Amino acid sequence: MKTTYNREACQGHNRCYMLAPELFDVDDEGYAIMLIDGEVPAGLEEKAQLAIDNCPEYAIELG
Amino acid sequence: MADVEPSPAPYERDFDHTSAHWAQHAPEIWDEYRTACPVARSNAFGGTWLPTRHKDVAAIAHDTENYTNSGAVISPERPEIPPPVGFAPPITSDPPFHAIARRMLLPPFAPKPVKALEPFTRDYCNGLLDQLLADGPAGDAAVGYAQHIPVAIIAKMLGLPESDGEKFRGFIHRIMEAPGAGHDIADDETLEYYLDGQVAERRLNPQSNEDGDLIDYLINADIEGMPLSDEHIRGTIALLLIAGIDTTWSAIGASIWHFAQHQDQRQILRDDPSLLPFAVEEMLRFYAPVTMARLASTDHELGGCPVKRGDWLLLPFPAANRDPEAFERADEVLIDRKQNRHGAFGLGIHRCLGSNLARMELTVALECFLHRVPEFELANPEGVRWSTGQIRGPRELPIRIL
Repeated sequence: MKTTYNREACQGHNRCYMLAPELFDVDDEGYAIMLIDGEVPAGLEEKAQLAIDNCPEYAIELG
Repeated sequence: MADVEPSPAPYERDFDHTSAHWAQHAPEIWDEYRTACPVARSNAFGGTWLPTRHKDVAAIAHDTENYTNSGAVISPERPEIPPPVGFAPPITSDPPFHAIARRMLLPPFAPKPVKALEPFTRDYCNGLLDQLLADGPAGDAAVGYAQHIPVAIIAKMLGLPESDGEKFRGFIHRIMEAPGAGHDIADDETLEYYLDGQVAERRLNPQSNEDGDLIDYLINADIEGMPLSDEHIRGTIALLLIAGIDTTWSAIGASIWHFAQHQDQRQILRDDPSLLPFAVEEMLRFYAPVTMARLASTDHELGGCPVKRGDWLLLPFPAANRDPEAFERADEVLIDRKQNRHGAFGLGIHRCLGSNLARMELTVALECFLHRVPEFELANPEGVRWSTGQIRGPRELPIRIL
């Protein structure tokens, strides 16, 4: 499973950081930082799916 | 031959978001228009459009070419301070100034600084609940609980006395709940007068960002080396104060109203507290308190309707959140909803600056309430009074603690 993160679309809703802190951190202004290089580590697929399904800006998608 | 009245256009309706009818029935009005119009227009405030589909609301929120935020709150007069700055930056600002004014405000409202306010919030909520339980079994969850929580926290952040809470709620009533009601108030009772006094006091006793509050932070801030103007500082404090209070107060109140009527869902949350974050987001989806506004800056078409430059548009995020085209089982509250791209905090560049703070306050306020008041019901369902205007939530919420 792979995810992509679009910094241009991100508006700092922080849903991904709340739901999947293993995969997403936030910077000082509250924008997301994807902690992985795209490939979701085994066991975190469900969390990655939550991050995708709860981003109001569609900034995170299956890659 | 007698003149024939032209039949009204199919989108013409008679809604007025500041009316008592709207306050009690807004969700039904949105659902009706979404099926029938789906973009409605009324003559209120000199011409106001009301989109109700998620796709239209989202498109407007992402479009800074055809709409200006200088009219983020509908009022009888068009805004005096023109784009791109507006009265209360950054919410009333447009690109490119918007990004500059917003960026300096983001750090104090980012998730990590907000997390540090959680223990204060929890203690504060528990203090209110001590009182509510001592006064019980009859109480008002809006007047005795929800309305105080965001006041205490934003007052702490801004370094304003919490004892001025009643004054803040008065400003909010005049600006948000009854705009254009012709309020006759003395100059020294206005929000502007109050804030100018606070800024003047800070200027006499300057503080560093480390020692100071958010007002000191704005006084210390600069845009490309230039300090912010007094109007900018005043407008931004006005924004933080106004936007930070009745919105979260409404979300907390609406959530308590919901759970008062759903004993089964209270039990589910007690049995599995890990569902609380999902329940909070579902409350935000279904009871999103905030409808923003825009002014059209061009003549253009919206959902087949002829929008004219200078028309008002309401941006009802709660209506978008209930659109069955965008959400499965949109008309049901599912406290374990796992796919929830709600727009309660807006979409696009004006995403609510305080969303992390609001979410923390709502989560803590609900968690404390449901823990300390496990069994309760509406004391008088007909006695629940919902606010008028762009922010929707219960202002009177009589409950009976069981």
